Amino acid sequence: MTGTLNLVGYGLSAIGPAIATGMIFAAYISGVARQPEARSVLQPIAFLGFALAEALALFGLVLAFVL
Amino acid sequence: MRSLFRLSGEGEGFVPPSSNDFELPPVFGDNAFTTKPILLVFLSVILVSVFFLLSSRKAAVVPSKLQFAGESIYSFVRNDLGRDIIGHEFMRFVPYLFTLFTFVLTNNIFGIVPFLQFPTMSRVSFPYVLAVFTFVVFHYVGIRKQGIVKYLKDIMFMPGVPKPVYILLTPIELATFFLVRPLTLSLRLFANMFAGHLLLLVFILGGEHLFQGVLGLKLISPFAFAFGIGLTFFEFMVQCLQAYIFTLLTALYIAGALADEH
Repeated sequence: MTGTLNLVGYGLSAIGPAIATGMIFAAYISGVARQPEARSVLQPIAFLGFALAEALALFGLVLAFVL
Repeated sequence: MRSLFRLSGEGEGFVPPSSNDFELPPVFGDNAFTTKPILLVFLSVILVSVFFLLSSRKAAVVPSKLQFAGESIYSFVRNDLGRDIIGHEFMRFVPYLFTLFTFVLTNNIFGIVPFLQFPTMSRVSFPYVLAVFTFVVFHYVGIRKQGIVKYLKDIMFMPGVPKPVYILLTPIELATFFLVRPLTLSLRLFANMFAGHLLLLVFILGGEHLFQGVLGLKLISPFAFAFGIGLTFFEFMVQCLQAYIFTLLTALYIAGALADEH
């Protein structure tokens, strides 16, 4: 069996952004559930936070292929 | 019992799909400019143009079905992505956002259209170009609105922060605006399309490989195919979501550049 350990490392490093993304959307959902009219205010913030958290996972993906 | 589940009788192993599957040969002759992704980009431009020309040609107060479809997409981009995020100056940016959304969406959905079945954005150069457009647009807008000195000063020295923190904050903010934003914008789209296409290849090719095996494996292969079909629907969701996120982030960056205080 052949392969590269990079991908295992990437899998481990993706745990952090995964938890972060989950927490961001959990907060977004509970915010909207408590106050439905706040949806349009919260949505851009939630997606911006999601984009920032996912950026880390994307860096990991790039490094897994590059290194 | 073991012979029922042994992998294919001749002993040749399963070759898992890899990034080599994205290097497609030219369609016509030896010309490097007619590979499948490039032809798909041209096709998407034609499709989008024809669809929206047809749907807006005979615009009436009581819309036809085609006009309704076209106008739903337009009003979604204008209201949900333009007006709600950019604010009162949004009309200037609606053409760009709308073009971006429809172009990315069409190219993504090519990934699950039978016979085309290749998401153009899984070749990284196309998202790079789109991200460069967005990069130029939001910096240009910010510089035009606030002047280059004030714009850069707002990026580098965020107001309302204690002075020593700038040692840490300034490099991070500079990297965010000039490196991280365009890179992640393009890589997010690329990575999602790449991974999605690879996922579909694994299940469909794996199912086909199982089907060539002995009897026990033939019985398993329908499950692989069924999973492949299920994942195709999942991919459809991801493709729409990625087109939405790409446009949403573009709108957010433009809104950030337009705002007086970051």
